[in-house]
Amino acid sequence: MTPVARITRDEVAHVAGLARLRLTDEELERFTEQLGTVLDHAADVASLDLAGVPRTAHAMAVTNVLRPDEPRPSLDREEVLRSAPAVESNRFRVPRILGDAP
Amino acid sequence: MTDVRRADQDGAGEAWEMVVGLEVHTELKTATKLFCGCANLFGDEPNTRVCPVCLGLPGSLPVLNQRAVELAMAIGTALHCEIRPSTFHRKNYFYPDMPKDYQISQYDEPINVSGWLELPGGRRIGIERAHLEEDTGKTAHAGASGRIHGAEYSLVDYNRSGVPLVEIVSAPDMRSSAEARAYAAELRAILVACGASDGKMEEGSMRVDANVSVRRGPDAPFGTRCEIKNLNSLRSLGRAVDFEARRQIALLESGEVVVQQTRHWDEGEGRTVALRSKEEAYDYRYFLEPDLVPVVPDPAWITAVGASLGPLPGERRARLATLVAGALPAGAGGSPDPGVGADLEGAPGVSDADQEQISTVVDLGLDGLVTAAVEGGIPARLALARTANEAATDAAAAAGLDPRAYTSLLAMEVAGSLSATQVKAVLHDLLAGGGDPAELARARGFEAMADGALVAVVQEAVDSHPAEWDRYRGGEEKLAQFFVGQVMKATRGQANGKAVVAELERLAAR
Repeated sequence: MTPVARITRDEVAHVAGLARLRLTDEELERFTEQLGTVLDHAADVASLDLAGVPRTAHAMAVTNVLRPDEPRPSLDREEVLRSAPAVESNRFRVPRILGDAP
Repeated sequence: MTDVRRADQDGAGEAWEMVVGLEVHTELKTATKLFCGCANLFGDEPNTRVCPVCLGLPGSLPVLNQRAVELAMAIGTALHCEIRPSTFHRKNYFYPDMPKDYQISQYDEPINVSGWLELPGGRRIGIERAHLEEDTGKTAHAGASGRIHGAEYSLVDYNRSGVPLVEIVSAPDMRSSAEARAYAAELRAILVACGASDGKMEEGSMRVDANVSVRRGPDAPFGTRCEIKNLNSLRSLGRAVDFEARRQIALLESGEVVVQQTRHWDEGEGRTVALRSKEEAYDYRYFLEPDLVPVVPDPAWITAVGASLGPLPGERRARLATLVAGALPAGAGGSPDPGVGADLEGAPGVSDADQEQISTVVDLGLDGLVTAAVEGGIPARLALARTANEAATDAAAAAGLDPRAYTSLLAMEVAGSLSATQVKAVLHDLLAGGGDPAELARARGFEAMADGALVAVVQEAVDSHPAEWDRYRGGEEKLAQFFVGQVMKATRGQANGKAVVAELERLAAR
């Protein structure tokens, strides 16, 4: 097995930031090690000669799973909003948004 | 329209050229959302069209809407795309309009690629891709100031979350704001013709973003582009593109550089402004959506969807142009009604004005009225003019008109039993509430202007203007229009111009 460049601690910190995860130093160390092991496994596959093998999009060899365009009942609004931390004017109330939608 | 091409001051380089590509999002006219059975309805009570799937609740699973896939394929067919096997990805970002914290979209394997759209002038604009994705919820910003920057919190309605969208990405092939507008207008007409969209930019069911850059002449490499958002009408699109190109030219001519960024069009101020965005570029961490399998349309399915498409706008315009070009020039069968004469006279070919009316009629989907009227014996130019100028003022009502009622109304104008002005009034009533044109005309009292009454009014006009009458009798035929005008004034437009001319001829021959 060819060892590939392992994921760095900085990369793990970056990805954790994108996922809005706050990790302790100890967790960063641990996840860097674990993710490295996962990537080593992927590298096993990458070392094979896969020329001519089509990309696999899904673990199941199934396509065209579709449903007819027929309406079904939606949830009761009272029930939906009861689960929300904050509600105003029948809408979900969320902390103010900085910046614009991507 | 502003032309940004202008000569270089020192003559050293080529004139500036603008380069525009458009990204158009259209909501699909399905009964349900893209991945769940919630109704796809606009303007409903907030959060009444939501379920575990479109709220992103744990354990829920998306199932793809077959109709949405077929509408996407219809769009691809109409845009001459290659329709191919496709997959869905998760586009991850944190923003409260996406309750799952990711949007399901097509990424590197979109359903439609490599097509083109032909502008009415004949130029082809490349289509890079047209892919399926889900819409986001709607956020409203509240707070002490009521404005977004002062907002203390936001309110979210998820009715729109999960509504099917197709995003159509053009190649950077447009070279002026006029072309950008023509592209958006033609694309809208195509989407409406496909039954995919209602094409309402103002209501947000069709949303246009413009990528604009400038360069020194057609052979120069592309410049740095800016993306402009918040274009809610074709007019905004044209103005924003022109403004942005001028802004970039001014920067470059003063030795500065264009910074790649997203800018917001401020319609009131007439300028684009940089959005306050984060320093870091977005990193969406796209990965294949594990809860959905690939869509692989087989040739039979693609063919069936294509066969269900009606004629597209280009073809429909050509059909109307053929009808107009084939129309007999007026005058062959007597003096035309003064209200229509201007349209009917002249060459039998298709003029720019005809083309404009044809485009209006096709864009509004009213060409069926014109063809029905022509098949019912109405001259093509009259049918076209009345449809483009009168029926089009209330396009929604006109789309629901009974073509037979419309044809019989125009037939009354052709036969001379109603004047042009009267026909317009009756059409107004017809659009407002439907009914039988003959009865509507009677209800307006238009029968009162029968021949007997007209004779008296014409006689009075002749008696009051002896000098003009003598000249008319002496052969100055153009004075007929003068008398028609007098009679129209006296009858407040209720007289039939053709009948007036006939009566003048009768009196002159006496």
